[in-house]
Formats: sequence, C-alpha cells, structure tokens
Amino acid sequence: MPTVQVSTMTPVAVMVGANRIVQAAGIIHPLGNADLAPEDEKALRRRIVEQALHALRTEVTRPTVFTTG
Amino acid sequence: MDARPLRVVCYVNQYFGTLGGEDRAGLGPQAMEGAVGSARAVQQALGEAGTVVATLACGDNYAAEQPERAVAELVRLVAAAGPDLVIAGPAFLAGRYGVACGALCAAVQAELKIPAVTGMHAENPGVELYRRQVHIVSTGGEAARMGDEARRLVALGLTLARGETPGAPAVEGYFPRGVTRNVVTAASAAERATAMLLDKLAGRPFASEVPRPAFPAVPAPRLVKTLEGATIALVTDGGLVPRGNPDGVEPLNATRYGAYSIEGKTGLDAAQYDNPHRGYDTSWVKQDPHRLVPVDVARELEQQGAIGKLHETVYSTVGVATTLAHSARMGREIADKLREAGVDAVILTST
Repeated sequence: MPTVQVSTMTPVAVMVGANRIVQAAGIIHPLGNADLAPEDEKALRRRIVEQALHALRTEVTRPTVFTTG
Repeated sequence: MDARPLRVVCYVNQYFGTLGGEDRAGLGPQAMEGAVGSARAVQQALGEAGTVVATLACGDNYAAEQPERAVAELVRLVAAAGPDLVIAGPAFLAGRYGVACGALCAAVQAELKIPAVTGMHAENPGVELYRRQVHIVSTGGEAARMGDEARRLVALGLTLARGETPGAPAVEGYFPRGVTRNVVTAASAAERATAMLLDKLAGRPFASEVPRPAFPAVPAPRLVKTLEGATIALVTDGGLVPRGNPDGVEPLNATRYGAYSIEGKTGLDAAQYDNPHRGYDTSWVKQDPHRLVPVDVARELEQQGAIGKLHETVYSTVGVATTLAHSARMGREIADKLREAGVDAVILTST
C-alpha cells in the first residue's frame, strides 16, 4: 500500500529508498514548532499532513521529496 | 604443498554436462567419470595440481523443484567420490543452476567438511542466497570466457583446499561473505583515509573499507481509491507510547513496536503518553504528541471528508540504531496488520 514518510532528514529517506517523502519541520518536532503560537503550529502541521496526502495520491516511480510550500 | 594431486569433483547442470537442453532439465543427479562438459575447463585450469575424478550432473528443474532431495542425493555422490575439493559451476546468470551450485557447496562444506567453491554472475539469485556460506567467484553473465572463469574458480578452490585463508573478496574476486577479519596494515587509518580522499578528489577509483548496507529499490504502489474514500493509518518511528510503555519498546536498537488505539479521540492528551526514544530530545513531543503523530489534524480531515477514514490504531516504534533486519521485520508485520484491517495508505512520521 502507498506510504509517505514525513521526515526531516530527507536525504536519508531517499538513500534507503522511501518512494514518497515529505519534508518535516524538524528532528525534535517533525509536525510542529514550539516557537509558533498554538494555532500557527497547528496550521503548519495541517499543511504537512495535507502535503503527505497529496504525495499519497501522486504517482511516483522513484524516491521523490515533496516540500511544504 | 602436498605432492599428491588433489582429487576434485565438479558439479554441472544438464546443459553444461552436455546431457541436453531444457528438454532434459528433469534429469536426476548422476555421476560421470572424469571431467565432462564444462568440467573440462576446470581440469585444464587445474593442470598438474589436481584431477577431476568425477563430474556430477543434475537437471535444472529436478534441482529447483525438489532441492532438498537433489542436494541430499548429490552429497551422497560427492561422498562416494571422496574428493579434496568440490567445484560447482560456474553458473553465470542461470538462476536454477546458480541456486543449486550454492546449495550443494553449502551442504558439502557443512556435512562432509570438504571445501567447495562456485562461481556466478552478481545478479544470479544464488549469490544473495549463499554468498555468506560459500565462496562464490564473481563471473560474467555468459560462458564466453569459460577458460578464464574456470582458472579463477580453481585458484580460489586450491587456496581453500590447502586450508589457507583467501584474501579479501575484492582482491580474490569473490562475493563478500559478510565476515569481518582483523588485519595488520602498513598505513594508519588517517593515512588510508587521506589517500582515499586524494583519490576521490583526483577522480581516481577508490574503495571504502566500510561497506554500506544495500537498500533494494521498492516499487511505489498507486493509491487505488480516492483520498475521500480511503482509510489512512498513522505510523511512527519516533517512539510515542502510552504512559508506562506497556509493550516495552526499547529506547534504542528496538525489536518491538506497539499498536495503540485512538478510537473516539480527536487528539492525544500529553498526560497519557510517554516517549522512550533515546535518539533525539523528546521534550517537545512529550509536551504535545501531535508534533509527532498528527491525530488532531488527521481527525479534522476525516470529519471534513478530505479522507475517508482515519485508522483507529497507531503503530509506533523507536527508530534509532535499529538494525535493518528488525526494521524490515517490524515493517512487514505492521504492513500485514494494516492490510488485514483494510487500510489503503500510510503516513509514517519520522524524527
């Protein structure tokens, strides 16, 4: 089944052959950022998860990194 | 070296034993006197050093369809010939033949304590199956240079038959067996690393002393449903566990994972969770578990219809200094459970 890896260290994910990779926000908080206000942090998390869903429905043939705009 | 010429037994398939083509692939194991078919190249390479006393042959299909029986019968034939060395193949890119060569060499070494060597192309499935147990010489894909390849098999075979330790795989031309051996080198690690760097900068070839694990390419499946109709699961290697860590997921070098229900939850209460992961500072994730496992926004997306369903079980393990073997096993087990539960796609969050 299709899987997307949300990871900060995207070069490692590419090296091991994960096919769908989404850039995370940091090692210590991949889907958050304690420096942001709670609502902004949640909005950031939502953007990352939406990007992960976008990656899941995108056809890929090799390790592909999706960045969060 | 021993003055007595070495007794060598060769193993070939029906084709290289000149017994026939695909139509004879069902032939059972048999012994022929002296060097027959491609074993003649082995005899030529041996020269005065040894004599091929027998050539054993077995059809590819017989060996592939009943491998245990074929190997047991062949081992009996080897024992009857009483050799000092067994040389199987070379099998080049022939898959059934390569697997049979590897299996026979492994069995001969283990059961008869007789050294054995084979040869095949890197992409022969026999390499991955047997290179850890058997010295497998790296050959080309086709039999065009049989004489040259046979000389390399014989050279390595003679080393083994003398009870000597072969040189490094890259030097002797066999596939690495995954054995680490201490050696004394003339140059220090710093000198060798500097020399390697200079080679790299100058565009010259160089070989790392630290082999990296190979990660085979995995095909990327397509999402067969629309997201609006799909069940999505959350998985993490970032170490989120319920307080008390009920499954005892290890803080590093993990061999275990947990399955945790989020049924009826619109979010994760930090007070109910913990994190044993010792590969990063977990303070921020403990403060708010959504920074690792985004149940809050995933549930919202479910309620808003952007995804069909959020799977009610989150799988979690610790990904730090975790061996490739355990990672692969846990991944397989989790994937099996998700498939059984009807999950369509996975979001894996990593630290």
